[in-house]
Amino acid sequence: MEPFELRPILEAIIYVAEEPVKPEKLQELLPEFSVDQIEAALAEMAEEFNSRPGGMMIRNVAGGYRMTTRPEHHEYIRAYLKSRPSAKLSLAALETLAVIAYRQPVTLAEILAIRGKKSTSALQTLLEKKLVSIVGRKPVVGRPILYGTSKEFLLHFGLKDLSELPTLEEFAQMAGDQL
Amino acid sequence: MNSSENPNPEPVSQESPGITIRLDSFEGPLDLLLHLIKREEIDIRNIPIARITEQYLEYIELMKDLNINVAGEWLVMAATLIYIKSRMLLPPDPVVAEDEVREDPRTELVYQLLEHQKFKNAAQMLHVREEVENAVWNSPPGEVIEEGKDLVSVTLFDVLKAFHEVVRRFEAQQSMALEQEEVTIEQKVADIRHLLMVHDTIHFSTLFTRLPSKVHIIVTFLALLELVRLHEIWLYQKKVFDEIYITKGKSFAEAT
Repeated sequence: MEPFELRPILEAIIYVAEEPVKPEKLQELLPEFSVDQIEAALAEMAEEFNSRPGGMMIRNVAGGYRMTTRPEHHEYIRAYLKSRPSAKLSLAALETLAVIAYRQPVTLAEILAIRGKKSTSALQTLLEKKLVSIVGRKPVVGRPILYGTSKEFLLHFGLKDLSELPTLEEFAQMAGDQL
Repeated sequence: MNSSENPNPEPVSQESPGITIRLDSFEGPLDLLLHLIKREEIDIRNIPIARITEQYLEYIELMKDLNINVAGEWLVMAATLIYIKSRMLLPPDPVVAEDEVREDPRTELVYQLLEHQKFKNAAQMLHVREEVENAVWNSPPGEVIEEGKDLVSVTLFDVLKAFHEVVRRFEAQQSMALEQEEVTIEQKVADIRHLLMVHDTIHFSTLFTRLPSKVHIIVTFLALLELVRLHEIWLYQKKVFDEIYITKGKSFAEAT
């Protein structure tokens, strides 16, 4: 099989998959190709797919590829499915999550220092929603729990990986301009 | 970034004197300080500490008047502000050589405020991303039976047999006769839907454990049959005579 013949196969698998499809997983099905070749084919296929002005798109999230509807059609889809927007995170939860995402692994005390207020209940919400997980304990007195973001975090915010987040310097600059 | 998508929209500020109450905006003391600084169009590198402290304390008084529980961190910040104010009033230390730069007592606070604003901006970015993700759907998972699992669809006979088993087990228990509460099929249908929203699969037998009466068992069973009829649930076994599992069917209606 030639690498270009891979594309329709990859597209079809991504369509039926529930989770983002990882190149490593595809390589198991297609042993004659290397992970790099599959990765390249995926990227090309996604680009080609997304260049077409359709209702669907293929995105690279949480380390894999997934097919989703395009956000611009959400009103029609929601009307058709008769679904309501799902509950959004509170401001307190988002701020706590931002601190964890950028400062991970981080302890509750460190979060408190940045936010200037207790964040226990916000953290609880994030743990329940599995956006944040316990990643270890800090080797200091009291061995406080360290928190980090999860795969669910990447999925929830449509991120390929953590490096896709804007840098903190961008927000610092913005803060300088705002104040 | 669309400012109208702010998760915590700043209400249109009425430029009237005095304090406007906007409790939801001020989650913590740093939020209040940032608000005061923005409202007064203050340069963060040169905060008029006396004025800001006064306004901050006024706000805390107001919180007390409104019987809002003033958490410890608000008081810590009040103490910090007063401390900075008092240090600003002190004349320069004559011992310190003139060419040495005197440290501004506000430095730490300014750093904290900028740091806080930075993470507020990051939170805003996450909020926008969340909005976009909420407007996107994945292909809905079909009823996939994984190869190798060898699942068997359950026949009516199997279900009746399992039901009989449940009733037999219930009767074997010594139970007290209590006043029975009414239970309807609708309630049980709703209960099962709720369970399936939390769990992907439920064991048939666990559905019937700890039910208070035979009426409950029968009604639960009828609710189960009703859901099967509506294709809302699907019953299967991993092999014949094995435990029966309950999972969502193609017409599963999310309970509200």
